[in-house]
Amino acid sequence: MISIFQMIVLVFLIFVFTRVVFRFKDRQISILELLFWSALWISAGVLLFMPQITNPIARILNIGRGIDVAVYLGIILLFYLVFRLYVKIDTINQDLTKIVREIAVNKPNKDKRRK
Amino acid sequence: MHKVFIVIPAYKEENSISSVIKGLKKEGYKDIVVVDDCSPDSTSKKAEDAGAIVLKHIINRGQGASLRTGTDYALRHGAEIIVHFDADGQHNPKEIKDIIKPIIAGKADAALGSRFLGKRSNVPFTKKIVLKLGIMFTFIFSGVWLTDTHNGFRALSRDAAKRIEITQDRMAHASEIIDQIRKKRIRYTEVPVTITYTSYSIEKGQSAMNSIRIAARLIWSKYIR
Ligand SMILES: Nc1nc2c(ncn2[C@@H]2O[C@H](COP(=O)(O)OP(=O)(O)OP(=O)(O)O)[C@@H](O)[C@H]2O)c(=O)[nH]1
Ligand SMILES: [Mg+2]
Repeated sequence: MISIFQMIVLVFLIFVFTRVVFRFKDRQISILELLFWSALWISAGVLLFMPQITNPIARILNIGRGIDVAVYLGIILLFYLVFRLYVKIDTINQDLTKIVREIAVNKPNKDKRRK
Repeated sequence: MHKVFIVIPAYKEENSISSVIKGLKKEGYKDIVVVDDCSPDSTSKKAEDAGAIVLKHIINRGQGASLRTGTDYALRHGAEIIVHFDADGQHNPKEIKDIIKPIIAGKADAALGSRFLGKRSNVPFTKKIVLKLGIMFTFIFSGVWLTDTHNGFRALSRDAAKRIEITQDRMAHASEIIDQIRKKRIRYTEVPVTITYTSYSIEKGQSAMNSIRIAARLIWSKYIR
């Protein structure tokens, strides 16, 4: 029997998974990114229906329940992704500044040579 | 005579920019570069009318980004000395000759203005505390003890201006410049200057809260990123 919770999450997972595939087809993401995101969503699906498979890992790590391991890993992963996002935004900001600067420097209001 | 360029970052300074430029012209400076950071007011027009070279950022990128834009422009047009100067009327154009003196004399490649050396500035109390904390922060962060670390009045030799690469687009550039001076072993010196605080400049200026953001920003860029 699958619960309503599992139903909803499953629909969500299928939806985001198709998004990943489409974005790969549109060449908006690389094959590496496709593999990464597919692995992430598929493992989330597996955990959704078989949370007990994480129990052995939990025992090794001394964490109560298997599903807690998944939650902890999820949080760590989220932190990492947010970090990556920050770095990326920083880089984009710097690139943006370069473009704005180039335009400004090449188009002064008053061309000095004419003076 | 050395070719001196004055670089002025400006954002929403329509009330002060004209008199600042006029003051500079009166002192004999001709190469005045105003970087208008997409001000929604008439800063650009006022600066143009006053006879400055105006570079326009098509979107707001911050004071640090603007300084670098103006500095790049000056370097491309043969500047030998570059002076960073505020648009809000807090700096005194008469003191430019003092701040470029060590560079002309070949004693330093970066001359940093200090409002806590000799000359007396009317610094408001909370501002003073923030500035002193900034000095301590700089000592820990960059290992340099200066009497005033967050002063926008400075002069750079052509060589120093080329070597210092401002990547902090917003207000963290002041600390970044000191950090690079230290790292790249650029010869520096401090020069007493007066910073004038008026109700106009205080209202427009930086809040104490903002300095915490700036510190976090610097630590992120240097150690975490
Ligand atoms: N280009 C640009 N210039 C800016 C920006 N913000 C401030 N400025 C300019 O930078 C100069 C100094 O800015 P202030 O905000 O007064 O900073 P400050 O003088 O270091 O701090 P206070 O001591 O509080 O006045 C002025 O000429 C401003 O017009 C910005 O976003 N872009
Ligand atoms: Mg100011």
